[in-house]
Amino acid sequence: MDIVGNVLPQVLKDEATEDKGEMARLQSFVGAIAVADLVKTTLGPKGMDKILKPTGPGQEMTHITVTNDGATILKSMYVENPAAKILIEISKTQDEEVGDGTTTVAVLAGELLREGEKLIQKRIHPQHVIAGWRIARDVALKRLRDISSENDIESQEFHNDLVKIARTTLSSKLITQDRDYFADLCVKAVLRLKGSSNLDYIQIIKLPGGTIRDSYLDDGFILKKQITIGCKRRIENAKILVANTAMDYDKIKIYGTKVKVNSMDKVAEIEAAEKEKMKHKVDKILKYQPTVFVNRQLIYNYPEQLLADSGITVIEHADFEGMERVAAATGAEILSTFDAPERRDSVLGHCDLIEEIMIGEEKMIKFTGCKKNEACTIVLRGSSIHILDEVDRSIHDVLCVLTTTVKNRRVVWGGGNSEMQMAAACEEEAKKVQGKQALAIEAYARALRQIPTIICDNGGYDSAELIQNFNVELQKGNLTFGLNMNDGTIGDMQELGVKECMRVKEQAVMAASEAAELIMRVDDIVKCAPRKRDRA
Amino acid sequence: MSLAFDDYGRPYIILRDQGQKKRMKGLEAYKSNILAAKAIANTLQSSLGPKGMDKMLVSPDGDVSVTNDGATIVEKMEIQHPTAKLLVELSQSQDAEIGDGTTGVVVLAGKLLEQALTLLDKGIHPLKISDGFDRACDVAIKHLEQIAEEIDIQANDHEALIQAACTALGSKVVSKRKRELGKIAVTAVLDVADLTRKDVNLDLIKIQTKTGGSVEDTRLISGILIDKDMSHPQMQKEVTDAKICLLTCPFEPPKPKTKHNINISNAEDYNKLYQQEQQYFIDMVKLVKNSGANIALCQWGFDDEANHLLLQNDLPAVRWVSGTDVELIAMATGARIIPRFQEITPEKLGKAGSIKEVQFGTSNERMLVIENCQCTKAVTILIRGGSQMIVDEAKRSIHDAICVIRNLIKDNRIVYGGGSAELACALQVLQYADEVSSVEQYAVRSFADALEGIPSCLADNCGLNPITSVAQAKSRQLSEKNPRIGIDCMDLGTTDMKEQRIYETLSSKKQQIQLATQVVKMILKIDDVIAPDDY
Repeated sequence: MDIVGNVLPQVLKDEATEDKGEMARLQSFVGAIAVADLVKTTLGPKGMDKILKPTGPGQEMTHITVTNDGATILKSMYVENPAAKILIEISKTQDEEVGDGTTTVAVLAGELLREGEKLIQKRIHPQHVIAGWRIARDVALKRLRDISSENDIESQEFHNDLVKIARTTLSSKLITQDRDYFADLCVKAVLRLKGSSNLDYIQIIKLPGGTIRDSYLDDGFILKKQITIGCKRRIENAKILVANTAMDYDKIKIYGTKVKVNSMDKVAEIEAAEKEKMKHKVDKILKYQPTVFVNRQLIYNYPEQLLADSGITVIEHADFEGMERVAAATGAEILSTFDAPERRDSVLGHCDLIEEIMIGEEKMIKFTGCKKNEACTIVLRGSSIHILDEVDRSIHDVLCVLTTTVKNRRVVWGGGNSEMQMAAACEEEAKKVQGKQALAIEAYARALRQIPTIICDNGGYDSAELIQNFNVELQKGNLTFGLNMNDGTIGDMQELGVKECMRVKEQAVMAASEAAELIMRVDDIVKCAPRKRDRA
Repeated sequence: MSLAFDDYGRPYIILRDQGQKKRMKGLEAYKSNILAAKAIANTLQSSLGPKGMDKMLVSPDGDVSVTNDGATIVEKMEIQHPTAKLLVELSQSQDAEIGDGTTGVVVLAGKLLEQALTLLDKGIHPLKISDGFDRACDVAIKHLEQIAEEIDIQANDHEALIQAACTALGSKVVSKRKRELGKIAVTAVLDVADLTRKDVNLDLIKIQTKTGGSVEDTRLISGILIDKDMSHPQMQKEVTDAKICLLTCPFEPPKPKTKHNINISNAEDYNKLYQQEQQYFIDMVKLVKNSGANIALCQWGFDDEANHLLLQNDLPAVRWVSGTDVELIAMATGARIIPRFQEITPEKLGKAGSIKEVQFGTSNERMLVIENCQCTKAVTILIRGGSQMIVDEAKRSIHDAICVIRNLIKDNRIVYGGGSAELACALQVLQYADEVSSVEQYAVRSFADALEGIPSCLADNCGLNPITSVAQAKSRQLSEKNPRIGIDCMDLGTTDMKEQRIYETLSSKKQQIQLATQVVKMILKIDDVIAPDDY
């Protein structure tokens, strides 16, 4: 009923709801802040991990995940609040775009909205808040670019930068104990790529057993498959033929064929013809004179035996990715037809040595001395699959950050230094701006400053005091200072060697502001009636 | 009454299953309809203007979208009420015809209905009201045409077009970058526009979205971007001086549509069939290669063997290209779409300067860029943004801007925004009202009040006092005889919309007023609603 007593007709569907004005805003603030608070405790080197446990019946549902990777946590959460969904979305995008900073982006957006809520309570119109945020964002990003430094890609300094960035990224992960070791490992792997950002070349193999320290970087390429029985286990100077072809039984692909015979003899004939056809195919393959044959699909016993008899080592059932990697690493072409043996030299891959190796309990195939040397394998060891999964995610984050750095080359000081500097820039700007927007700019600065504050809090330090002292140092002109999370003091980041990739920060600030703005602009939430699902 | 009696006093049924149907009649029906329609208009009202707010919409599957575009909001609200649905269609027809002003048209209809409600309370017959609205609408349209100004779209590097695009983008979440995006939209439209015929085929502008980066990273590609990669991972990633063979037949043995059986009865047949199959692939690739093509784009899939043969013949190929992309590529590169391998001839190939694969982010997603096409009349706007919601909204906003520019190229007459045109019309209609001698006079006057509702709504959304600012603007329009005085939404210190350079197209404004009036007339004519009860 409206105020005059008219009964309002129902406009939306039965289970649909509509929230307007304050109610809508309250809903989005609550949702977004809740999500940010949830991942907040994982931030920084002293952040805590979360256990994710899927609900529902079934065997696979008992598999739990232990992680402190923001994107992984948020991705696996089921939320209904639309604003919360937006935060999850930006975290995912951050993961896809730069690979790290997924927690930061959600927390920053949440903190912005927390500040925004206070401003709304002071009766400032959301559009004014947004106007202020926009100014603040530009100022912050400008400062971020100004304080970043760049080194030549070939130089030793750049190499050192990469190691430092890797260390910083790793320090918030499970493997922080061994970060020097892993930082070195990751940097080596990334530098092998020579500037390309194709992470496909870096293969990560997880094997439970041993300790994390037993992980290593193998400069060859390891395929998690076995060599077929009856073949040589060690091939030097291998010529590799990589194929994607049916070697089980070769169906004729002409549509609508059907075998219809009238006697047993004919069946035998056709069977023989089929066999002949397979033999023919094997013969054609043999003309290429490979010493190793890798096929993506299954190989039946008959062709396998034929190939093995000719002294060729057969590897079957290499999955698609594995096959692409083998092809890329050894410089082979992926073949599906075998009618041009004269192109032998250009289609066969080459590597110095192929051998079967044992890692832990498992047999694998190792390709060393490949034609193209970009490929390498990181073998991760650890006491349980949960640890390995988490280490895998951490290594993936580091690799992403490093490739981003190689592409962008700009680095900033870590330890909350960039956030504090951006906040300072916003505060300076706020003094110059006329109108209510200035309040929003100050709010933006406070939100940025929350990031180092949360990092302190997570470490159990007195954040209020530390952040104040930090600010004082910056005011004094010590622009390289930052939080020393090892002993809870303010220290020179230059001495501690804490660096971060500028691009990651930049993307986090941009995405968080965009998301906060998007949520801030909403004054009406319409939820449609959920789709009815038939339990068929 | 749905029960009547015949001459002998026997009842007969007029409306079957009465009990299962809801029915509303007379004044009750009018009021219910108007209130339902007003509810929609009220929801949209706060989205109007540069300081309008957005709506968050949750779909039945739980997907979230945030938007400010009227047509999208009403479409995604899943409205059930039959009369309210009329407003949905109203907004959509504005979207289809003009592309912009979808919020304004619904708000105007809402204001008109609000006025109609008071007139109904006064006891004026609905048909008289709609008649009066009709007359007033004519007066308003005529006046609009009088105050419209022609602008020179070429002058000053198409500055006027950019300004108009900025006006359209000003109310959206991307408003911060409205100038840049406006320029992109203008360049895109001008690239494909046929200025002599004053026509723009919007199909030639492809809007592709990709999450990541920020809205600033949005850029214009003078070519086509397709969300596909080469069919074989080892094909060359870049083709220069591309000769494109555009196919709509799969690289597979033919599948005749008639049902057939090939019976194999002996080994000889079997071998023949095998050879036939191999021959198919070889022939197909040969036909493409012989035509001189150096890249094949295909709407369908490839067989593994055919795929490898293509690689072996140094013929990069792309599979599963969508139908719309195929057409776009055909238009841009001058290629003919070839439905059968036998029909490939060198003349049917399209030409482009380069085709290359580009990569985004860490997740290895690749897209193909076709640049420097022979008939360079296709462009792609690649929209980037922090999340899917932002990208989607940016796409809708740019679409609006493109529509505005297209309309200006078609018809370069503009009116000024900020509510000034509505105010001017309202004043004219008011003047006319006094000349009407019948009952319609009240309706005409109410029409003027409804028109005033738009600037007042704008002022409200911008945090200004609606009554004061509208009154001021109105008196200044009258005293200065200047129809360009409106509401100073952006707080720029002037209410002259010419100085603020807020342009709206005449066609859009006209369409808004006409469509809104029509729908209101339609709603006012309904005096009986019959619907199934569980609806």
